[in-house]
Amino acid sequence: MVDLFSDSVQPEISQETGTEFGAFTGSSVRSNRSIILTAQFENLDRVREFVAESAEECGLEPAAVYAVQLAVDEAYTNIIEHAYGGESLEQIECTCRMVGGDLEVTLIDCGKPFDPSLVPEPNLKAELEEREVGGIGLYFIYQLMDEVQFSFMKNLELGKNCNLLRMIKHKEK
Amino acid sequence: MDVTPSQYRHCDLVKVSGRIDSATAPQLAKALDDITGSGRFKVVLDLDEVEFMSSAGLRVLISTQKTCKRYNRGELVLASVPKRIYDALELAGFVPLFRFFDNVLDAVGSL
Repeated sequence: MVDLFSDSVQPEISQETGTEFGAFTGSSVRSNRSIILTAQFENLDRVREFVAESAEECGLEPAAVYAVQLAVDEAYTNIIEHAYGGESLEQIECTCRMVGGDLEVTLIDCGKPFDPSLVPEPNLKAELEEREVGGIGLYFIYQLMDEVQFSFMKNLELGKNCNLLRMIKHKEK
Repeated sequence: MDVTPSQYRHCDLVKVSGRIDSATAPQLAKALDDITGSGRFKVVLDLDEVEFMSSAGLRVLISTQKTCKRYNRGELVLASVPKRIYDALELAGFVPLFRFFDNVLDAVGSL
């Protein structure tokens, strides 16, 4: 498993606006962009725009770009609500890479460990009165992205344990 | 996101535009709660100009539909739902829980 941040330049952190940077990490990777934003819902617009730019650059169809935006929105919201227990000035890093024509999006936070297996699956067929929306965000992430992987590991640079969510959207052939 | 409510004799129309996410959904929830809180339960939600909706928006729709349909006193119906928003509703299994109309006029007439 990769060491977080190990293959990229640590960006300067700005809580107000976030920071975007580019890095060259190898011939198979055409582009690698990151943004660091605070764990606040007002930043959802910014992170959705950020991933949309990368998805478009990657050549994804408009419907796939929207799917990536929705998955990232749900993941970012989950981090704020569950890893950080609500809005705060803690940080969330989002990185987009194009790998072999596919788009890889990673989200890193250093909040509470997140175990997706503990989230109950939503009942999509329940009657109205029994219908709950909890768990739909995670369900969307799995449905909208082609590969989804959650891990919790030591971030060598920050010296603490962080959640790493890695998602891949394939470019339609 | 902008929310524009209009009150008619037999129903309420709420027009939403822009992006419904965890930052803006509370504003939509409040507009709908204001209507149901004053005893009006027949509501048309016009989603024509909505560009994005996450599960935070779905939560508002389902909670409003529960309130409106209780005691058979009314209903929340959806008008002019853009394809991407409809796809998300379908993915969440919400389609059977709402009536959909191609335009506001038909939606208002259905209540």
